[in-house]
Amino acid sequence: MTVSNTAPVIDWARQPSYLYDGYKSTAKRGPTKPLIPMAHTLAELTGPVYGHDDIAPLDNDLTKNSAINGEPIGERIIVVGRVTDEADRPVRNALLEVWQANATGRYWHKVDQHDAPLDPNFRGAGRVLTDENGEYRFTSIKPGAYPWRNHLNAWRPAHIHFSIFGRDFLSRLVTQMYFPGDPLLPLDPIYNSIPDENARQLLISTYAHDITTPEWALGYRFNIVLCGSRETPFETKEV
Amino acid sequence: MSIQTGSQTVGPYFRIGMIRGGENTLVQDETVGQRIYIKGQLLDGDGQPVNDGCIEIWQADAQGYFNHPADPNQAQADPNFRGFGRSETLGAGFWFKTIKPGVIAGAPTPYINVRVFSRGMLIHALTRLYFSDESANADDPLLNSVPPERRATLIAQRQEFGDVPTYRFDIHLQGDKETVFFNP
Ligand SMILES: [Fe+3]
Repeated sequence: MTVSNTAPVIDWARQPSYLYDGYKSTAKRGPTKPLIPMAHTLAELTGPVYGHDDIAPLDNDLTKNSAINGEPIGERIIVVGRVTDEADRPVRNALLEVWQANATGRYWHKVDQHDAPLDPNFRGAGRVLTDENGEYRFTSIKPGAYPWRNHLNAWRPAHIHFSIFGRDFLSRLVTQMYFPGDPLLPLDPIYNSIPDENARQLLISTYAHDITTPEWALGYRFNIVLCGSRETPFETKEV
Repeated sequence: MSIQTGSQTVGPYFRIGMIRGGENTLVQDETVGQRIYIKGQLLDGDGQPVNDGCIEIWQADAQGYFNHPADPNQAQADPNFRGFGRSETLGAGFWFKTIKPGVIAGAPTPYINVRVFSRGMLIHALTRLYFSDESANADDPLLNSVPPERRATLIAQRQEFGDVPTYRFDIHLQGDKETVFFNP
């Protein structure tokens, strides 16, 4: 079975290009030759199916899932959002993997040599599945900004990395969620690599007072829209 | 239509969230099919190995079925095979232990879909792995749409090592041997 695709699923007007001057490491790692169009076969219309067996109870609480002898340091946050396709249909049982720096801007990773303290109670990794409405929720600590060596005095705005598996092979997305009002955003080449202003702003979460929990944690909302096959047999049945 | 969320690089620290160990072995004892290894290196524009990249693969089971609702034959798919694999690329490369996929309905020849992530890539790249010992590759429409001089970048070369053959598949992000990447 080959489904003819009328247009590529990746909206290149809203997605970064492989080569981007502002982000130096792209120069040797971004493919340079034109991409070749690919019609969709069953291998593109399918993908790994995840379920509750893939998730452990504390996976969605980064303040608890690596705690050794106390609470992690920093501002507690609750991040919620909805994962949909481009037609606003919820994507159920999408697997989200998140990772981030701790409150000081340091990652639990041997390559990270930023001179800021590690937090023994915070490794900064979590997983969560979306529910029947495509919604997810996890608890964490607001990550700190951190320096990188892309250019002089380069600092990444505070961000949480997201890896998302949607319904099919084509809907895979890896992105970063930012925080509202961060003064580093206009200076950040990775954020600015998104060519479209509207699309760029969609990477910034919004403060969500309805999610903020009294005496406990601040709420942020980050909705995600996945691309993917425009027509699959089972999606048509669902609608 | 909503605007699709923009991609951002996995960065240098994706291991924290994306690598739990063991995801490069797709088979368990009960899985049906011919065991194979896939081994390769991810190489940058200077021909240097990328030691902080990540390769994901997606493939059919030994009969060419996917355990996914879009496959009309889902009910017959091997319950002991998910079909998804993920491997970090360290300096020495990446590897998978999997099975040789069956031929998907309507396709002439078996193949595996491959996705590449790394620091320095703002969005992942998609490619396909075909097998050097499949003569029906000559009938594959996607392979035939690739300029002839670049087709070899999509063919994993069979090397014999005991009863689990290894297929070698290097991925070149740039250069004379730049791998063919697709726009699905
Ligand atoms: Fe980061």
